[in-house]
Amino acid sequence: MASIVDIKRRKESIESTGQITKAMKLVSTVKLQRAKQKAEESKAYFNKMYETVTSILATSEKINHPYLKGNDSEKKAVITVSSNRGLAGGYNNNIVKLIRDSGLKKDEVQIYGVGHKAMDTLSHRGYEVVSDDSEMMNEPEYKDAMNLGRRIMAAYEAGEIGEIYLAYTEFKNTVVHIPKLIKLLPVDVDELDTAQKEVDDKTLMNFEPKAEEALSMLIPKYINSMIYGAFVTSVASENGARMQAMDSATSNAEEMIDNLELAYNRARQGAITQELTEIISGANALNE
Amino acid sequence: MAENLMKLEVTTPERIFYDDDVKMVELTTTEGDVGILPQHIPTTMIVAPGILTITEKDGQKKEAGLMSGFIEITKTKVSILAEVAEWPGDIDPQRAARAKERAERRLQSHETGVDMQRAELALRRSLVRRKLKK
Repeated sequence: MASIVDIKRRKESIESTGQITKAMKLVSTVKLQRAKQKAEESKAYFNKMYETVTSILATSEKINHPYLKGNDSEKKAVITVSSNRGLAGGYNNNIVKLIRDSGLKKDEVQIYGVGHKAMDTLSHRGYEVVSDDSEMMNEPEYKDAMNLGRRIMAAYEAGEIGEIYLAYTEFKNTVVHIPKLIKLLPVDVDELDTAQKEVDDKTLMNFEPKAEEALSMLIPKYINSMIYGAFVTSVASENGARMQAMDSATSNAEEMIDNLELAYNRARQGAITQELTEIISGANALNE
Repeated sequence: MAENLMKLEVTTPERIFYDDDVKMVELTTTEGDVGILPQHIPTTMIVAPGILTITEKDGQKKEAGLMSGFIEITKTKVSILAEVAEWPGDIDPQRAARAKERAERRLQSHETGVDMQRAELALRRSLVRRKLKK
């Protein structure tokens, strides 16, 4: 059995860890509220953007546009959105796993990293990291997404990459976060089909300029808004995941403290009993 | 009154910029300046950097800078999706002046590697901002 001093020291150490995890939980709760609100606010824009792009694609099915048919390059760009800090449960690992299990070949993938954690792990595993925009994750703004969007579109147009994917974590609610890998370019017209039905009911839309030209201008904006959407929803997920992780860490710490407290009391009682026995037997020996 | 009012929604990624019933909307598109009145035919247009003038239901005019995005007119409402939209109060005149100089310098440099299209857009944006501020 460990000595009383050892148990006491261990208990104190766990107590201070518990205090830290509790504070971290509070911080991420506040951050989560803010991130959630931001994600809410950007939703209106994002939904409208998606609606418009799908309605253009629905009305102009046979457009032969580079954004729709892709190019010959075998390289596939993957934007990985993760966090710069750890201690968020499986949040960052899920992104890495998602890419590992996606069926994309390692030597064809080019990582556009946003957030150190997933990017570093992927680069350790031999993935090629071509750009690092981790500082964007600290306070994601739309112009960051525009910036990244412009670079990746330029690479696409130059034929350096043939496909663009986006890996992020969707925020369903405080406890449910779903890692997702979606294809941004070339736009998969079939996948957009679900929205098409309601579009058909609408009155015929006129385009000025022509739909083809409108598409060349809209798709980059669509990509930007997808990237921005991924940023804000991932930040919300990150804080949600960290809140959960810190919550279970705090309750684990409390459980351990309870157990140690019991062990400590037992050891103390044992020591007292032993001391008493010694005194009594000493006194008895004197009397004899 | 319904026939001479229409619903206008201006949305940016960060917030809903404007949402109210209005009499008229004027803005610059890639095809030129347009004015939109209620009962307009459904149209989608691309926004070019310019000034957005909103005539509100009480007849007052409101101006804002609109940098890029697109406008969708449907039977029931007009929605503008702008990547950047700002009221005159949001604009920093010094920054706009600096941006103008930088863009002009870039356009005149004729160096290779300078993205002419981007510089021109930047120049147009800064001009809109300066005009709006006056």
